[in-house]
Amino acid sequence: MGWADNLKRSLLVKGGVHPPASKLAAGVKISDGPKPKRVLIPLSQHVGAACEPLVEKGDRVLLGQKIGDSDSYISAPVHSSVSGEVTSIQRFPHPSGRDVLTVEISSDGEDAPAPGLGPAPDPLSMEPGEIRRRVREGGIVGLGGAVFPTHVKLSPPSDRPIEAVIVNGAECEPFLTGDYRLMLERGQDIIHGARIIRRAVGAERIIIAIEQTGPKAIAAMREAVPDDGIEVFILPGIYPQGAEKTLVKTVLGREVPSGGLPMDVGAIVDNVGTCAAISELFLTGMPLTRRIVTVAGDGVAGRANLEVRIGTVVREVIDFCGGLSGDPGKVILGGPMMGLAQYTMDVPVTKATGGILVFKKGSVFCEEPGHFSCIRCGRCVRRCPMNLRPYLLGSYSDAGMWDHLEDLYINDCMECGSCAYICPTKNPLVQLIKVGKEGFNRRKRKMEALAEKASEEAEEKENAGKTA
Amino acid sequence: MPEKQPDSELEKEQEAGVEPDEARAESRLLNIGVSPHIRDSSTTAGIMGWVIVALLPITAYGIYMGGVSAAIVVAMSILGAVATEAVIQRLRHEPVTVNDLSAVLTGLLLGLTLPPELPFWMPLLGGIVAIALGKQVFGGLGHNIFNPALVGRAVLFVSYSKYMTTSYLFSPKAPVFASQSIKSINAITTATPLAAQGLVRKDELTVAASRYYGPLLVGNPWGCIGEVSAVLILVGLAILLYKGLVDWRIPVCYVGTVVVLSWILGMDPLFAALAGGLLFGACFMATDYVTNPMTAWGKVIFAVGCGIVTTVLRFYSNLPEGVMFAILLMNGFTPLIDRYVKPVPYGVRAMRRAQAAAEAEQAGEAA
Ligand code: SF4
Ligand code: SF4
Repeated sequence: MGWADNLKRSLLVKGGVHPPASKLAAGVKISDGPKPKRVLIPLSQHVGAACEPLVEKGDRVLLGQKIGDSDSYISAPVHSSVSGEVTSIQRFPHPSGRDVLTVEISSDGEDAPAPGLGPAPDPLSMEPGEIRRRVREGGIVGLGGAVFPTHVKLSPPSDRPIEAVIVNGAECEPFLTGDYRLMLERGQDIIHGARIIRRAVGAERIIIAIEQTGPKAIAAMREAVPDDGIEVFILPGIYPQGAEKTLVKTVLGREVPSGGLPMDVGAIVDNVGTCAAISELFLTGMPLTRRIVTVAGDGVAGRANLEVRIGTVVREVIDFCGGLSGDPGKVILGGPMMGLAQYTMDVPVTKATGGILVFKKGSVFCEEPGHFSCIRCGRCVRRCPMNLRPYLLGSYSDAGMWDHLEDLYINDCMECGSCAYICPTKNPLVQLIKVGKEGFNRRKRKMEALAEKASEEAEEKENAGKTA
Repeated sequence: MPEKQPDSELEKEQEAGVEPDEARAESRLLNIGVSPHIRDSSTTAGIMGWVIVALLPITAYGIYMGGVSAAIVVAMSILGAVATEAVIQRLRHEPVTVNDLSAVLTGLLLGLTLPPELPFWMPLLGGIVAIALGKQVFGGLGHNIFNPALVGRAVLFVSYSKYMTTSYLFSPKAPVFASQSIKSINAITTATPLAAQGLVRKDELTVAASRYYGPLLVGNPWGCIGEVSAVLILVGLAILLYKGLVDWRIPVCYVGTVVVLSWILGMDPLFAALAGGLLFGACFMATDYVTNPMTAWGKVIFAVGCGIVTTVLRFYSNLPEGVMFAILLMNGFTPLIDRYVKPVPYGVRAMRRAQAAAEAEQAGEAA
C-alpha cells in the first residue's frame, strides 16, 4: 500500500528536485521572539499597491493599530507591532533590496493594545462579505512567501465556484520549519482558520496537504481534524510541492491555466500560517503583527522557530538566537531555494519573512554562480515543474533576445530554482530568467503602447477624413 | 528559548571596544548572489568522468586484445584532442577547460572507434580534427552540432579509407579464438563481419549468422578497439543508466529500429544488433548530450532516424558500416527536432481550452 501510494504520487508530479532537507530546527518548539525597542514597519509588505502612512512623526501608536492603508483593492494595511512613538517615516532598506517608505516606531515596552480590537462573534456563521472585510482590515496576506492579499483570494467572482480550500502545509524549502511546528503545535487554529476561509468562499471541501516527509505533522493534523469534509492529503516529498500551481495539480489533478489563478479551476490555496493568522484575528481581534520565522544555518549560533514581531530588525533576531558564529557570508530571508540574499542585516522582518538563514563565509551556500554555459544535458527541461525550457530561457535572456521569450512562456516561470539547482554547469538560470522577464515585459508594454498609439492615430485620421 | 552563546561576534566586538557599525561595514560584506543558494553537487567534469568510467571496461579489454598498437591509438587520439582544446582556448584567450574532461572523453571515444593498428600520427590527427573542426569551430562545448569524435573519425575515414576499413588484428588474443568459425571468417580481410556481406551471399549470412554471436559478444577480432565485446559495451551502458547520465530511449530505439528493419530485410536480427559499430554508437555516440534533442520524444525521433539511416546505409550503400554517418546526419537534424518537438508548459493547454470556450460563448451570444 505504501509503495503504491508513493508511486501514484510521484506519477502525479512533473519535475522537481530533491535538495537536502536540512530541517535543523524541526525539533525546536515555537517560542517568542525578541522584544524590540525599535521596529521598522515597511508600508509595502505585500503584492499590490503600497500603503499610505496614517500616522505622523511624533504620534503615539498602540499595538495592533493600523498605521498604513491604501485605497487600492489589491493591497493590505499594515499595523504597529508595538506600542510607542513614531520616530520617523522615511526610506529604509527593505528585504527586496530596494529602500522602501517605512514607519519607524520606538517601543515603550508596554504593548498597550489599540482600542476596539476584540474577538469576532461566531465567524463560522458570519456573512462572507464581513469575513473578507475583517481579513482585509487585519492586514492578512499569504504567509507562505507570496504575500498576496488574502481578502482578494477570498473574493472569487460568481462565475468561479470554489470547490476546495487547499491548506498548504508543504514546506518544501529546505531549512524552514515554521509551518511544520505550527501543524504540530496549533493544528486546531489552522483548522479553525481554514473553516473561516471555507465559509468565505462557499466551498465544500478542505484539503490539508502535507509532505510525506513530515509524518509527525501528518499525524498531528489527522488527530486535529474533525470529520466534516476535512481531509489530509499526503504529498510526495519533492521540491517545489508547495508552489500553488504544482500543489493544485497534485491534489486535484487539474492544471491552473497559464496566466490564471487556482480559482479558475475551483480551488483556493492558503498556507497553514495564513490559516492560523486568520484564526487568531477572529479569536482575539489582533491583526497580523507577528509571524513565525525559522532561524538556522551554520552562521548563526542558535536555531529556533520564533514568533517574531513584524518590523523587528533581522540583526536583532540573530543576536537573540545567540548571535553570529564565525564570519557571515550570506544572510538569506526565506529558504535557500527562493529566498533573497541580503546586503545588510538591518532590514526588518516583514510579512514575507519565513526564515532567517545565515551561512558562514566559504560555505557552499556562498558560492558564486558562473556565467551562462550549457552542455545541453537536458536536466533543467526534465526537472522544470512548469514544463518550460530553462536552458533556452537562460540563453535568450543572456543574449537579450527578448522577443524569443514569448513562445517560451517566460512569465509562467515561478523562479522555483529547480533548473539552476540541478544544472551541472552551475548556470545562473534564475538570475538570467529574472533579467529576461524584466526585458520581455518592458518590451511588451512598449509594443502595446505603440500599437495603441498607432490605432489612435488611425482613428483620428479616419475621423478627420469623415469631418472633411 | 534558543540557546545563548556568550562569545557571539557582537559581544566580542563590544568587549574589544570596536565601534560596531564600522566593524560591520568592513568585515561583513555579504554575498548577495541570486537564488537558488544551494546547488546539486553534479558538475560537468563529474558527468564526463563517469562516462569515461563507463568506457573503461571496454577500453581495457580492447587494449588487451589489440596490444600495444591499440594502446597507442587510444593514447594518441586523447593527446591530440586535449592538446588541441588547450591550444585553441589559449589562442582565443579563453579559460582553458581541459579539466572538465570533455576533451579527454572526445579523444577516448574517437580512439575506441578506430581500428587497433594504425600509424601513430593518424589517431593524433583525428583527435586534432575532432576538437578543432568538430567542437571549437562552433564555439566550444555545448555549441557544436555534430559529435566531435565522429567528426574526427569521419575525416580519417574519408581521407584514409584504406587503413580505416582493412585494418584487422593479426594476432588477436581473445579466449574464444580457437573456435573454427572465426578462423574461417578471419581469412576475409575486412574490418567487420558486416563488410563481408559483399563477399558472402546474403542468404548464407542469414543462415550462418549465429556462428558470429559468440565472438561478437565477448571477443570480436574484426572491429574497432571499442567494438571488441558487446557484453562490455552493455556493461558501460548499464553504468550510464545507473548514474542517470543517458536517456534509455536512445540506445533502445536506435538498436530496436535496426533490428526490426534488418529482420524485415532478411538479415539475422541479433547479428544486425551485435555487428559493426552499432552498439557502441548507440550507447556512447548517439547519447552525447550536446548533439541529440532535449526532449524525450525528440530523442525517440532522433534514435529511430539513426536506426533507419544505419540500416539503409548497411543494405544499400557500398559503405561497410552506416553508424557513423547515420549519427552525424541525425546530429544535423537535432536543431530542427528541438524546434518542433517541445514540451507544452504547465497550464497552457488549460489556457487554450478556456480561450476556446470563451470564444465559443461569444460566438453563441453573437448568434
Ligand atoms: S524555469 Fe522557472 S519554473 Fe522552471 S525550474 Fe526554472 S525556475 Fe523553476
Ligand atoms: S541543466 Fe544546465 S547544462 Fe543541462 S541543459 Fe539545462 S542549462 Fe544546459
